[in-house]
Amino acid sequence: MKIELDYLTRIEGHAHLVIDREAGKITSCQLQIVETPRFFEAMLQGRHYSDVATIVARVCGVCSISHTLASLMTTEAALGIEVPVQAQLLRCLLSYGEIVQSHLLQLYFMALPDYFNTPSLFHLLDEKQELVARALRLKRTANRICEVVGGRPIHPVTTCIGGFSARPEAAELKKLRQELVAGLPDLEATVELFASFEYPQFCRQRETLSVAPDDRYPLHNQQIQSSCGTNYPATIYREEIEEYISPQSTAKLARNQHGSYMVGPQARLRHGQDKLSAMAKRVCSALDLNPNGLNPFENLKARLVEVVHFTEEALHTIDELLLCGMTQIRGKDTPSAGGCSTAAVEAPRGLLFHSYQFDAKGFLKAADCVIPTAQNLAAVEADLQQLLPELLKLPESQIKQRLEMLIRAYDPCLSCSTHLLKIDLN
Amino acid sequence: MKTKIGFFDFAGCEGCQLTVMNLEEQLLQVLQLVEIVEFRELHSGSAEQIDIAFVEGSICRPGDRERLLEIRRRSDILIALGSCADNGGVNALGSDRTPEVLRQEVYGADLPHLYTETPHALSKLVKVDYRIPGCPIDGQEFLAILQALLLKQQPELPGFAVCVECKLAEYPCSFDYGQVCMGPITRAGCRAICIDGGTHCRGCRGLIDNPRTSPYHRILEEHGLTVEEILEQYRTFNVNERPA
Repeated sequence: MKIELDYLTRIEGHAHLVIDREAGKITSCQLQIVETPRFFEAMLQGRHYSDVATIVARVCGVCSISHTLASLMTTEAALGIEVPVQAQLLRCLLSYGEIVQSHLLQLYFMALPDYFNTPSLFHLLDEKQELVARALRLKRTANRICEVVGGRPIHPVTTCIGGFSARPEAAELKKLRQELVAGLPDLEATVELFASFEYPQFCRQRETLSVAPDDRYPLHNQQIQSSCGTNYPATIYREEIEEYISPQSTAKLARNQHGSYMVGPQARLRHGQDKLSAMAKRVCSALDLNPNGLNPFENLKARLVEVVHFTEEALHTIDELLLCGMTQIRGKDTPSAGGCSTAAVEAPRGLLFHSYQFDAKGFLKAADCVIPTAQNLAAVEADLQQLLPELLKLPESQIKQRLEMLIRAYDPCLSCSTHLLKIDLN
Repeated sequence: MKTKIGFFDFAGCEGCQLTVMNLEEQLLQVLQLVEIVEFRELHSGSAEQIDIAFVEGSICRPGDRERLLEIRRRSDILIALGSCADNGGVNALGSDRTPEVLRQEVYGADLPHLYTETPHALSKLVKVDYRIPGCPIDGQEFLAILQALLLKQQPELPGFAVCVECKLAEYPCSFDYGQVCMGPITRAGCRAICIDGGTHCRGCRGLIDNPRTSPYHRILEEHGLTVEEILEQYRTFNVNERPA
C-alpha cells in the first residue's frame, strides 16, 4: 500500500514524500526534493566580486539577507577587506530582522493552521480576527527592521562590500525601537498561544551543529560547534562535512563523520542556551521547553524563544548604534589580488556556508554554498524512518497530517536547497 | 462574489510571493475583495477555476510546461509575477553554457532528475495577459495592477525610465560616483530604491519600451565607461532580452 502526499503545502519550496509499506512494515520512505535546480554556483563564475552578493541573494526570497551577508563576509575574508564595528552592528540588526520575520512567518502562517485544523491562517479571518491581525502586526515590525537597515525586506539594497552604502537615520532607528517595544504585548500573547498547543511526542538522538556562541547567542561567529564536542573553524568545513547526491533529490544532502545531523533553532538553542536574553529564558520556561530537547516538533517552541531573544537583541543593538553613532559604516574597498575563503552565518533555518575563490582581478573562479535545509534533509529522513512505525496504527489522514507537521517543523526552505512537498504513502 | 486569485511558482526564489505576503494590513483589506483560492506556500488546497493567476518563476523543465499550460487553462487572466517569470531573470545567467555543463559543474553528476532546459519566460509558452516586473516586484505596483483589474480597467506600467524617478527624488547620480547605472534605460516603478540605497540600478525591471540609446552611449563615453562594462551589468537580469 502506498501513502502519497502530493505537493506538500505550507512549506517554502517543492517536495514529495513517498512511503511504501507491506504487511504493516515500511519498505521505503523517501523525501523527494523536486525543486528545479538553478545552478547558482555555476552562474556566479566569472562575475566581479562587487556583483556576487546581489546575484546570490536571489537563491532565496525568505533568506536573502543571510545569503547576502554570508556572501559579503566570504568575499571580504578572501580579499582582505575590513568591516567597521558599526557596520557589523548594523549587519547583526539586519540578521535579527530576517530571523524574526522568517520565524513568525513559519509559526503563524505555515505551522499554526495544523494546530487549528484549518487549511490556512486566512481561514481564521472571521472567527479569530485578532489573532490574524496580531500575526500581521508582528511580521510587519520584523520586516520594518529589514526595511530600515536593508532598504527593503527582500533582497537588500544598502548592503555592500565593506559594510553599507547607506545608513538609516537616527530618527528612523528611534521610531523602529518604539515599534519593537509596542510589539512586546503581541509577543506575550503569541507565547501564551503556542504554550497552549499540544505538540506530538517524539524523540530521536541526534547531533546538532551551529556556529559556536561567542559572547553572544550563535549568529556570525566563524567557529563551528557540534553537540559531539568538536569545535572547528568554518574555513575547514569541507573536511568535516560531505555533500552527496541522492537520486530522489535535486538538493544536495550533507553528512559528517557521524552521519546525519540537525541545524537550526534547536541546534542554536542547545549550544547557546546560556547566552539567551533574560526575557527569552523566561519564555523557554513558559513554553516548557527543554533547551537540550530532542523532539523536532518542538522546533516551533525554539523558534519562538529566538523571536523573543532576537527582538530583545535588536533593541540593545539599536541603543548601541544610537550611542556610538553611524559615521563609520563602510570600510575601504581595497581588495587584495585574488584569494579564497569561507564564511558561516546562522540563517533562520540554520548553518549556512559560502566559500569562494577569486582571481587576481577580483573575478570569481569557483563558488560553493552549503544550505541549512540540505544539511537537515538526512535528519528529516531519519526522523521519518523512526516516527512512521509509531504512526501506522492511525488512520491514513492522520498519518499524513503528522508527517507533514514533522516536515514543516523543520521549516524546510527548498528554494535555497535547490522547493513543494508531496507525500506518497504506499 | 469575490474575485478568485491564485499564486503559483516555478523556478525562482519565491521573493515575489513573499512581497505580496509582506503587504500585511493592506493584504487584509485586499482580502475583503478577493479570495485566495490557491497559494501553496500559505494554503492547502486547489481550485478548478481562477479569475486571476499570478505566476512567479521561470520554466526550466518539461513538467513545468504542462503545469503552466494547465494553470493557463483554468485561469481567465494570467500575470507574470516578477522578473524570472517576465523575462527569465537571474535564472537565465547560466544560459551561456549548456544544461549538461551546468549539471557537471554544480552536482558533478548527470542524473535524470537533475535535467533542466535553458530557463524561459512564461510568455515563451503561454499567453501572458499582464506583467509585474522587478526583482523582487514592488508591492505597491502589485496592488495598483490588482486594483485596476478589479475595477475592470487596463493596468499600465510606467513608460519612462528609472532616471526620471531618481531625478524627481533628487538622488545624486550614480554615474558621478563612477558606477555603471542602468537607470537611463530601465523601466521606472521602483522609486529608484537601489539608488536611494547608495548603489546603482542593475536593470531588474527590464527595458523601457523605446530606449533612446544614443544619449545613453554618450553618457557612458563621458564617464569613461565601456560598452562591455554596461553589457556585463545589463546581463544580470536581462540575459534573454537583446540589449539596445
